[in-house]
Amino acid sequence: MGATHLPSTEFDGTAVDDQLEAEAEAAMGEPPAPMVQLLCPEGKLGTHPVFSEYAEKLDPEKLRRLYADMAAIRRFDVEATALQRQGQLALWVPLTGQEAAQIGSGRASQPQDYIFPTYREHGVALTRNVDLAELLRQFRGVSNGGWNPKDTNFHLYTLVLAAQTLHAVGYAMGIQRDQKLAATSDPARTEPAAAVMAYYGDGASSEGDVHESMVFASSFNAPVVFFCQNNHWAISVPSTVQTRIPLSNRAKGYGFPGIRVDGNDVIAVHAVTEWALDHARQGKGPVLIEAFTYRLGAHTTADDPTKYRESAEEDSWRAKDPLIRLEKYLRTQHLADDDFFAQVKADGDELASYVRRTTHDLETPDIRNAFANTYVEAHPLVAEELAWFEEYSAGFAAGDSDEGADAGPGTQADTEAGSR
Amino acid sequence: MTTMTIAKAINEGLRAALANNPKSLLMGEDIGPLGGVYRVTDGLIAEFGPDRVVDTPLAESGIIGTAIGLALRGYSPVCEIQFDGFVFPGFNQITTQLAKMHARSNGNLTVPVVIRIPYGGGIGSVEHHSESPEALFAHTAGLRIITPSNPHDAYWMIQQAVDCQDPIIIFEPKRRYWLKGEVDVQEAGTAADPFKAHVLREGTDATIVAYGPLVPVALAAANAAAEDGRNVEVIDLRSLSPIDFDTVTESVTKTGRLIVAHEAPTFGGLGGEIAARISERAFLSLEAPVIRVGGFHMPYPVAKVEEDYLPDIDRILEALDRAMAY
Ligand SMILES: Cc1ncc(C[n+]2csc(CCOP(=O)(O)OP(=O)(O)O)c2C)c(N)n1
Repeated sequence: MGATHLPSTEFDGTAVDDQLEAEAEAAMGEPPAPMVQLLCPEGKLGTHPVFSEYAEKLDPEKLRRLYADMAAIRRFDVEATALQRQGQLALWVPLTGQEAAQIGSGRASQPQDYIFPTYREHGVALTRNVDLAELLRQFRGVSNGGWNPKDTNFHLYTLVLAAQTLHAVGYAMGIQRDQKLAATSDPARTEPAAAVMAYYGDGASSEGDVHESMVFASSFNAPVVFFCQNNHWAISVPSTVQTRIPLSNRAKGYGFPGIRVDGNDVIAVHAVTEWALDHARQGKGPVLIEAFTYRLGAHTTADDPTKYRESAEEDSWRAKDPLIRLEKYLRTQHLADDDFFAQVKADGDELASYVRRTTHDLETPDIRNAFANTYVEAHPLVAEELAWFEEYSAGFAAGDSDEGADAGPGTQADTEAGSR
Repeated sequence: MTTMTIAKAINEGLRAALANNPKSLLMGEDIGPLGGVYRVTDGLIAEFGPDRVVDTPLAESGIIGTAIGLALRGYSPVCEIQFDGFVFPGFNQITTQLAKMHARSNGNLTVPVVIRIPYGGGIGSVEHHSESPEALFAHTAGLRIITPSNPHDAYWMIQQAVDCQDPIIIFEPKRRYWLKGEVDVQEAGTAADPFKAHVLREGTDATIVAYGPLVPVALAAANAAAEDGRNVEVIDLRSLSPIDFDTVTESVTKTGRLIVAHEAPTFGGLGGEIAARISERAFLSLEAPVIRVGGFHMPYPVAKVEEDYLPDIDRILEALDRAMAY
């Protein structure tokens, strides 16, 4: 503050910094951001000067786990789509094609990290041990959430695009304060450092909240990783309408690293995310990861992609399928055999039948829950309306018994009750 | 008992809240070394440091949105919105996120965020600096809204807001920031329930309900009416969500006439809500329709004509005449 901030209008005549010049040139010419890829579509593992070290930490057990997770969530996705088609869910938001982006990043997180998803992160939910049947509560219309975020450090889905990116930064600012408070109250206590991850899409990247969240994250050096899944489409609008440059390049404008990663390469996504979370936890500030991937199916079960895109485009992305890619690698390296893949399939079917069973059983809540949870503390208007509702409902109960047994289906009373 | 202005009372209230609750913090534009454009946070950064009194980037959605994240992590943020007309970039975060987080999570999450908004006109300012958007927020379930009209309430209400586990907006009547009054800072027992209305003046002929900046105007109107032999009761509503309808109903049952005065445009304003509720609750006691006195259906006008826009003593007395004529 004060004198050290006195503005100057004078150039001091020294040569313009090389770095600045290079950056200015890059900004004007926008060379494509190099994309981090370790496992190519043919199933061969390459190297990267920074991220190979992280990839090497993935032992055979962990690699098989990544495959099993991707297969499980794809199977779950098929099941949920079927449930929606059968009228059991109001809507479904499929993730097929994005398994590597979600499983790779979710598995790179630690339990103490807190995740803010948007509405398609079923794969991340799986890695955070959210019961997938509970995850369907929202889509079945029995809850606006369905799980307690405090149990798994996996926040509720957010349907207002990009709103959660700010919550993530605020939460990360809270982690910073917690660390300071802990250090002053008990210097001996060591808690694992934590970071926050915020998921959002290429469409959401145009929302002002993403911009504001990056400004806040940068200004306060918050331990947050922005994870943008660029799946190329925001409902029917292609990502070219949202941006002229790779989304990862935007990080530079905020002053923190931006990495574009092959979002169908689970090994690269895992490596990059682990690096970014470490970076954030060590107090080095935010990171933006753009996972370059593709939404193979419809935006939601209410969407019809044939109206806006060519099937050839989908086909070209099918050739980059994240599961097939890892399967090839596991097989050629002799890390998994037929038995393993058969077991994965059987586990997937079991998960699907569990979800189907439990979804049917999800109980419809009492609207009294909504009265109870609008406010934390007692609120007279809520109390008044609840009292009215109780009396009104009780009136119907009394009416039912008055009218007796012969008020069968199709009677006047029934029709009226049905339309309330 | 000490005497101070409303601005100073809020400042002292914030100081007490920061001292009492290590997880509380202030966030806003220019609230640090400058102390806010109205100096309400004056001196607090020097006392509590930049982690507790945070000069944020210039972004209202960012302020509210990050406050929500901090609250989810166990903090109690108090956000300052610089002026009423600039809350709208943060409107989305307030109405779709802050208000609903507790309900959406089935009660698992609480977001005890406080938002301070200096509001209302009468200070001769330029556009967007004189608005009264309270009805837009009162309509949103999940939010609580209070507005002090005097230093004692201001001192305690801000602290009560920080303690409240629900999100709460405190609309501060900016043209009354320099109004002086007595504040009892000693006993917490002098802090009234922030969600209860106060009868400031007893009367038998009619009731005037007002809040925030119009409370002194309502009192002055009642005093003027007394010179004409009319005995008018005045209620300071204090809380706009919830509204203490019991106190208003009780008063109207006694006086039979009700005038509601606020600066916000009459159409769709809280006056309409109060009129409707009181018609339902006390229809048989009413001697006249409930009459609303408020702003016109126009964007807040330029400062040179705001005198014509703002409800004043004469406008309230005219309404009183109409009510008495029934
Ligand atoms: C603020 C807001 N505007 C509009 C919508 C409606 N909407 C839902 S999803 C969507 C497209 C989002 O695209 P993107 O961010 O790329 O994520 P994706 O669904 O592709 O994963 C739109 C416009 C919304 N949910 N929120």
